[in-house]
Amino acid sequence: MVRTTGKILHRLAIELVLPLALFGLLLAVSANSTNFYFPPLARVLERFDALWLGPRFVTDVLPSLGRLIAGYAIACLAGVVIGVPLGMFAALRRAAEPVLEFFRAIPPPALIPVLVMLAGFGDTMKVAVIVTGAIWPILLNTVEGVKGADSVLDETCRTYQIRGMSRLWNFVLPSASPQIVVGMRVGLSIGIILMVISEMFAATTGLGAAIIVFQRSFEIPEMWSGVLMLGLFGFALSVVFRLFERRALKWYYGMRDLERRS
Amino acid sequence: MAMNAVAVVSVSHLNKVYQSRERRVEAIGDLTFDVAAGDFTCIVGPSGAGKTTLLKCLSGLLAPTSGAILVNGHAVVGPPAEMAVVFQEYGRSLFPWKTVRENIELPLREKKIARTERARLVDEALEAVALTGVAGSYPWQLSGGMQQRVAIARAVAYQPKVMVLDEPFAAVDAQTRADLEDLMLRLWSELDLTVIFVTHDIDEAVYLGQRVLVLSSSPTRVLDDVPIDIAGPRSQATTRVEPRFAELRTRVYRGIQQAKASVHG
Repeated sequence: MVRTTGKILHRLAIELVLPLALFGLLLAVSANSTNFYFPPLARVLERFDALWLGPRFVTDVLPSLGRLIAGYAIACLAGVVIGVPLGMFAALRRAAEPVLEFFRAIPPPALIPVLVMLAGFGDTMKVAVIVTGAIWPILLNTVEGVKGADSVLDETCRTYQIRGMSRLWNFVLPSASPQIVVGMRVGLSIGIILMVISEMFAATTGLGAAIIVFQRSFEIPEMWSGVLMLGLFGFALSVVFRLFERRALKWYYGMRDLERRS
Repeated sequence: MAMNAVAVVSVSHLNKVYQSRERRVEAIGDLTFDVAAGDFTCIVGPSGAGKTTLLKCLSGLLAPTSGAILVNGHAVVGPPAEMAVVFQEYGRSLFPWKTVRENIELPLREKKIARTERARLVDEALEAVALTGVAGSYPWQLSGGMQQRVAIARAVAYQPKVMVLDEPFAAVDAQTRADLEDLMLRLWSELDLTVIFVTHDIDEAVYLGQRVLVLSSSPTRVLDDVPIDIAGPRSQATTRVEPRFAELRTRVYRGIQQAKASVHG
């Protein structure tokens, strides 16, 4: 136990060296900056403290997070629900492939004007934009994961009469889960990008909207503090995702680590 | 020795042809044999003898081109519920996301066996294969031989009318293999199983079986049906050096050589 804690601390220390060095460097270099567009980092931090650790957290960060979670959850659910039957049945896959390829080829931001017409400038539109972008990696990876299920395990299921929903829960989904999670990780970063873009396009609240408003009113330190907030926002989400991944795929990482060591 | 003459598995005029646009391959020509309740039948044949095809037809994973297979009196149209299959690829037949206990328990849950009864069956099966300590481990944490014992325990707990094993020990080392062979013999005599054991190893077939079916090369027929009349319990140390063992082994070996020669001739 002591050894593993020590190892984690050691790794953490290594991982922190570069960010801290960059931070210190930037702080020092920008300290006497008189450039209007690149204010001293200390000023940005001061604005960060006042804005994002204050009221803006509730009025901007939380709405952004809410939209992202809603859109991402729908994308995950729909991606898996549509992907599983496509992965299981080759005929279905062949029939759906051209349509899927077409929709996947449309850059989601291009859909914003269309979705604005359909759903207005509200949250529905923003959630819809996130869904249309984040769903693809999840769906396509689910298809691949389900398709790649092991034939011997499949025969094992058949000989032991494991069928229907039980086969889905005990065999199809777990065997595809490592690949599904890969899709979900890619989908999350796409979701964050689209959250910001949709808010920059049309919103009064949210991180993207705040950054655009600051930029248009030449509040440059505030704008930079928004960018910093966005970076931390994405970083925090990816940490949360990694924790989820490690927990959900414990068996997979255990197996892989064992194979690597041998 | 099997005293009961009731056929648990009955194969009559089984024929299997793989037909593609360019090629027609007759894997199984004409196979007819019965397996009596309580018997330990080994099936040997040269490589490419359609052993795997026969096994897939027996276990309902593959539909025969013609002929019939009865298991426990019912025609096989899909995997029969009364049969448990142990595959050669133990690493790919256990669910890596389930613990040893969960792997053995899952088919029992499908059979709608109550929870306490399930727990008892799993414990007994693990005890039978001498793996009581690893119920909570994942299969991939175990050695190859132990994984195959888990697969056998799963088949035992399932309480099948007939257990079919497809070259189950082909991928483990020699020492483990000898241990697993003796485990199979012990399970067979203690649990009153009916076993069909497919192997390419002549010694293994003669050592384990009460009867050895020798298959020809494709298109497969039964070349020889050898009753293994070695008295008394088998033992790795003594059985293999008995004169009768050598005679039977020679008979099976000649049969297989003949099968190979007929391909080239």
